[in-house]
Amino acid sequence: MLKEKVIIAERLTKSFGDFIAVDHISFEVEKGEIFGFLGANGAGKTTAMRMLCGLSTPSSGKAFVAGFDLFQEAEKIKKNIGYMSQKFSLYEDLTIRENIQFYGGIYGLSKKQIQDKTSYLVEHLHLQHYQNNLVKSLPLGWKQKLAFSVAIVHDPAIVFLDEPTGGVDPVTRREFWELIYDASERGITIFVTTHYMDEAEYCNRVSIMVDGRIEALDTPKELKKTYDSASMDEVFLKLARKAVRGE
Amino acid sequence: MKQFLAFVKKEFFHIWRDKRTLFILLGMPITQIIIFGFALTNEVKNTKMAILDFSKDASSSQLIQKMSISKYFDPTTVLLNYQEVEPLFKKGKVKMVLVIPQHFANDLQHGNQAHVQLICDGSDPNVANTLSTYATAIIKDFQNTLVKEQKLPYRIETDIRMMYNPELKGAYSFVPGVMALILMLTSAMMTSIAIVKEKEMGTMEIILVSPLKPFGVVIAKAVPYMLLSMVNVATILLLSVFVLDVPIRGSLLLLLSEGLLFTITSLALGLLISSITDSQQVAMLISLLGLFLPTTVFSGYMFPIENMPLPLQIISNIVPAKWFYFIVKTIMIKGLGFSYIWKETLILVGMTVVLFGISIKKFKTRLS
Amino acid sequence: MSVLKYLLQKEFRQIFRDPSILRIIFVMPALQLIVIPMAADYEVRNINLAIADHDHSVYTQQMVQKIKSSGYFKLVNYSSTFQESVTSIESDRADIVLEIPAKFEQNIVREDHASIFIAVNAVNGMKANLGAAYLQNIIQNFNNQIRTKWIQFPPIPPQTNINVSVSNWFNPMMSYKYFMVPAVLATLLTLLGTFLTALNIVREKEIGTIEQINVTPIKKYHFILGKLIPFWVLGLVVLTIGFLIMRFGYQIHPVGNMLIVYLFASIYLLSILGLGLLISTYADTQQQAMLISFFLLMIFIMLGGLFTPIDSMPSWVQKLTWLNPVSYFIDVVRMVVLKGSGLADIKNHIYVIIGFAIFLNSWAVWNYKKTN
Repeated sequence: MLKEKVIIAERLTKSFGDFIAVDHISFEVEKGEIFGFLGANGAGKTTAMRMLCGLSTPSSGKAFVAGFDLFQEAEKIKKNIGYMSQKFSLYEDLTIRENIQFYGGIYGLSKKQIQDKTSYLVEHLHLQHYQNNLVKSLPLGWKQKLAFSVAIVHDPAIVFLDEPTGGVDPVTRREFWELIYDASERGITIFVTTHYMDEAEYCNRVSIMVDGRIEALDTPKELKKTYDSASMDEVFLKLARKAVRGE
Repeated sequence: MKQFLAFVKKEFFHIWRDKRTLFILLGMPITQIIIFGFALTNEVKNTKMAILDFSKDASSSQLIQKMSISKYFDPTTVLLNYQEVEPLFKKGKVKMVLVIPQHFANDLQHGNQAHVQLICDGSDPNVANTLSTYATAIIKDFQNTLVKEQKLPYRIETDIRMMYNPELKGAYSFVPGVMALILMLTSAMMTSIAIVKEKEMGTMEIILVSPLKPFGVVIAKAVPYMLLSMVNVATILLLSVFVLDVPIRGSLLLLLSEGLLFTITSLALGLLISSITDSQQVAMLISLLGLFLPTTVFSGYMFPIENMPLPLQIISNIVPAKWFYFIVKTIMIKGLGFSYIWKETLILVGMTVVLFGISIKKFKTRLS
Repeated sequence: MSVLKYLLQKEFRQIFRDPSILRIIFVMPALQLIVIPMAADYEVRNINLAIADHDHSVYTQQMVQKIKSSGYFKLVNYSSTFQESVTSIESDRADIVLEIPAKFEQNIVREDHASIFIAVNAVNGMKANLGAAYLQNIIQNFNNQIRTKWIQFPPIPPQTNINVSVSNWFNPMMSYKYFMVPAVLATLLTLLGTFLTALNIVREKEIGTIEQINVTPIKKYHFILGKLIPFWVLGLVVLTIGFLIMRFGYQIHPVGNMLIVYLFASIYLLSILGLGLLISTYADTQQQAMLISFFLLMIFIMLGGLFTPIDSMPSWVQKLTWLNPVSYFIDVVRMVVLKGSGLADIKNHIYVIIGFAIFLNSWAVWNYKKTN
């Protein structure tokens, strides 16, 4: 069965003057996939992701996100994607309920839908006692899980995650990934950047960027075979060593 | 010591790289001096006024003429009746109306007595007062030209000498004030913000675990701003002397030393502020409330302290700027020496010590 | 529009949850409004006078008495030596020294004239000028008194006299507070409006929440309105508090229609919030935002007629006033509150301020579009 493609990138490029941060990358992501977007610092993965989210305009190339043209229909794309970054997601000086209410409202959910989503989320994440507390009082791991859930509150086609699990213990990270699996099963595509190589193993497919180009794109299993490695760690090291650009 | 210098160097880089901030910090004294020196004054000139002349004879014309040629007034409007006065004031078009009643020339010639009325817009009582004083002086002058005898018997003549500021330049009184203000800004506010910024960004912890003692860190932050302050003092002095013709009659060395003292006092204030808040926004707003307002209002350079109600006069005593203002005036304008300002200097030193003491205590309790 | 509604809900929640902001919005203006007008008074009174009297005659006693009872002067030193008086000027205990020479009374009566010497501490130019003028006035009056004692004046005065009567409108008690309070209020509103807007937006830039907004369907104009509207509302609230203080604290009864002030203030707020918006597009850090705001506002306020009248400024500076939104607001508040000016009287002001609002906000929005 031909799976729907939620991201199609064709020779997507971003240059800053003479410096080509993202060098004509082309790839596709299927609906419901958990797509890992890897690369060393400076390889261009953050720049690439920002383009796909509509945060930055490509210098050249084409892209379709959630079926919409990145150049012509950027506004429509925004309605259909979610985003979560390590730097920030939730408003610390608002309560859990208020954050959900805000994002739900922004994405056009009705009052009833917001209400339902709130109850569901609060229960699902076991946050009943904290729902009226300010987000800033939550421990980091819970904040992250909450941030992810809020990022998909409107059931978007894709959710972009920028190094979402920085700074938490492995157990919490595992729990976070449970949520990602859940979402993926519901048909939400996950586009995640990370440099935790064990997380790379959790993805359906992984791409590795080096010096602005995609050097490898395949399932983790295949990659390990191709590069004769026992772990994604090794694969990554082998590829990254070829890199010319440092941090 | 080497670590300390390394820190100071880092702080310098921070400031140097932020060109916008640097530009404003160095440009502010210049702007203030120029504005104060050339634009702000309470003196009146070319004030727009209106004439309501019911006589329209030779004498009234002469009086009006005299008003016109005076540099204080600019009679632009001629009114026809009383009803026109109020709307004119409401539009804000004139500040004063001269009313000359009928038979003006007649009254002067035959009865030796005449009346005129000055109606002033009292919204600004100061200006109104000044205008009516000057206008009255011109009218009296006109009166005197009509007097037959020149010399009156039993005369008291007054000989007036203006000391220190023979040309009555306003600059003499505000330059010290501007100095106080700018020093407060550069030393106190900027330092407090710099420290609080580290706290806000969370980089404070990193610094605190460094080999340098926390107090050394804080001083390292302050040093560049202190230097900037002294640069500003130099700028202000140079501008005052060469652009505004304000002299430095006393010892330059003494002036600079007192400037340095006040810089340190401001620094202590800035430290105090930074020790009570973690947010930049709050630090800035406390600086505004706690530094600018008092410095501008209570130092005595904008408004005379003796005019204030007693409670405010008492408050003005705890504002360091008030003492500094007095010191600078005494040295710069009056040209007097240390013996005249040792008391005030001691007060400043005392304030500095107290402020430092409180800040250090606060810092210690926060860290533990 | 529901996007805007949710955005505003969030903004208002955040503002009210921040205790320091609340304190600043409500406490700071109140404090300043109370302190500054009470402190601000240019009137020249309580001039410290030192007298060196070498004559000690009846006339000097009478003259000194007259000076003391005028209310303008405070006698701080009365001595027989000039040196003591000079020292009191140097140490700032006296502002003016009056020296009465020996044989003062004798000279007036026998020689027909006598001189007295006045030395003034002119560091504060204006105080000196007025102080000297008052003193001279009193002495002149005393002179006339003496003269009338010695000379009988016929029914028609031998010398021409023009009687000048002065009436001051709009400010019956000639209180400087009447003048300052409206202006301080206008200044406060300006400072708050621009500062808070600029700081708020730049803080979002610094923390990174703006990025988050950019990936959502929130459009730029939503974002901008979402920032302007809360502060606009708050501005009007602060204005109201200020008016209450003015009315009940200072007993200033506005002569004109306060609604006019509100109308003008609504538009004025848009322009200074726009200024804050504009500044936020040029500042990368909160520190910069604050400094730039402060720098600009300080210039506007000083040249806006708060402390010194615009009419006293050199003409090239006065022309600059046309570009200064603050001066219009200060003007309007003073005119309506003290003189009862109406809409027709301030229509020029309104046109100009609308112009400013449009100009500043457009520039700010244009700048925003550029940076992403």
